[in-house]
Amino acid sequence: MFITNVAILVLAGFVGYAVISKVPNTLHTPLMSGTNAIHGIVVLGGIIVLGLGEDLSGLDKGLLVVAIIFGTINVVGGFLVTDRMLEMFKSKPAPPKQDDEEQA
Amino acid sequence: MSTVLATSFIHSGDLIAVLYIIAFSLFIYGLSGLTGPRTAVRGNRIAAVGMGIALLASFLIEGMGNWTLIIIALIIGTIIGIPSARSVKMTAVPQMVALFNGVGGGAVALIAWAEFNDSAGFAGEPLTFVIPSLFAAIVGSVSFWGSNIAFAKLQEILPGHPIGAGRLQQPLNLLLLLIAVGSAVAIASGETATIYILVLLVASALLGLFVVLPIGGADMPVVISLLNAFTGLSAAATGLALNNTALIVAGMIVGASGTILTRLMADAMNRSIPSIIAGGFGGGGGEAGAEGAGEHGGTVRATSAADAAIQMAFARQVVIVPGYGMAVAQAQHAVRELATELEKRNVEVKYAIHPVAGRMPGHMNVLLAEADVPYDQLKEMDEINPEFSRTDVALVIGANDVTNPAANTNSESPIYGMPILNVNESKSVIVLKRSMNPGFAGIENELYFEPMTSMLFGDAKSSVAEITAELTAL
Repeated sequence: MFITNVAILVLAGFVGYAVISKVPNTLHTPLMSGTNAIHGIVVLGGIIVLGLGEDLSGLDKGLLVVAIIFGTINVVGGFLVTDRMLEMFKSKPAPPKQDDEEQA
Repeated sequence: MSTVLATSFIHSGDLIAVLYIIAFSLFIYGLSGLTGPRTAVRGNRIAAVGMGIALLASFLIEGMGNWTLIIIALIIGTIIGIPSARSVKMTAVPQMVALFNGVGGGAVALIAWAEFNDSAGFAGEPLTFVIPSLFAAIVGSVSFWGSNIAFAKLQEILPGHPIGAGRLQQPLNLLLLLIAVGSAVAIASGETATIYILVLLVASALLGLFVVLPIGGADMPVVISLLNAFTGLSAAATGLALNNTALIVAGMIVGASGTILTRLMADAMNRSIPSIIAGGFGGGGGEAGAEGAGEHGGTVRATSAADAAIQMAFARQVVIVPGYGMAVAQAQHAVRELATELEKRNVEVKYAIHPVAGRMPGHMNVLLAEADVPYDQLKEMDEINPEFSRTDVALVIGANDVTNPAANTNSESPIYGMPILNVNESKSVIVLKRSMNPGFAGIENELYFEPMTSMLFGDAKSSVAEITAELTAL
């Protein structure tokens, strides 16, 4: 099982390389933010260990709760902030706000 | 205990395995969508759907308990995450990414710690479980503390210049790494006392602090990217320990992409990753630069908004060179208005985007897109550099190191060899700057002392607004 997992690991590394190496410079910040959100998947690790732990001590429960909170912040915040960034790249037919309050 | 965990995954049904496969396929598909501006929004959302499916799958695992705690933790995380992502200013995105990355690394380290406690010091666990867990603990901890320092530096809670122990820094870091790895080896070879995991976590935490503290602010994007890759790798290691394919694939993809991004950024700055980690660029470089500046001293020419407006009004082509100064001053909307005003007068306006202008690659694009600057006016370095020789006015807005001709001419300069925007080739250069303080890398810019350069001191946003006002009055 372990060796199979290592094989998956190595292949995933090549997939990541192949997919990412085509990204244009302009999308690097959103990309970093997007991949950042994806590694928030560690939240699953916290959920599984806490969910399946039968005789966890109070300390361990506390650590895992914090881990899940951290992981959730990583996922939710990461995807949202990436979405906000990318919305700005959408081409807009006519610039809607030319004379806003910043004119002054 | 954890072998029990592992076996329960294997036998918990093919459904979960299939859901994981769907989830990581969506991650990969979504990420490939992020490669183009048109598909990027959808790509990100697809990846988010994948995350939802992966979460759902883990809820289906047989024998799950502690639901109250899990739900509460998920809710708290969401309540913290949503507003911070919604309210963050676009200029503060780099440090937000650092923070989100840090908590991810922290989660990894905490999981490893809890597992150590839960299995009574990994007693009787196979090495295929113990080694990835210990790796995750070290790397996650480094990433958490390192990212927090990166956040504090970019948020200017800590000063941007390098802080360190000078000559002692490298031996100290090496010692900390040896302590962390040494504790890991002790645990792997059968030690079960809690003190070992605590020493490991503390040594890794200090390592994270001491590696990032001496790094100058100019190198921070590269560091965040590197830490992002680290967190990915540590997530993959957690996946190996828990026998969870979704974690392995997602973590490793991030590890690979983060590594590439890091290298691309380092290349753009003509810096090697090891020399960045060695730190001290901002400080040491400043001294060398300051000596050079002495020779030029006193030949800086100041100008007024009215003069700048006249110069640009009668230009054929104006190239705007934005930098971090524009981001700090939130001047992107004002810049857009200036460009609109110039275009009314048939002046051709282009934007020169250096790959590392601002604090991250693409930082300027994000800001200018926010101000509705048309995508096709943004020119990358290789595209715009040949154009400077037929540009009448280059308007440099808070960009410094990326315009420093010393990178091409002065082999003594710490940035020698870094690809720059050749603004000094244009007929005249107007630099908007708060003061004569050197930039983030701490290096004096020779451009400011050139005869065709004039300086307009002040806050970038109000300077741009003044120029626009003068233009409309002309």
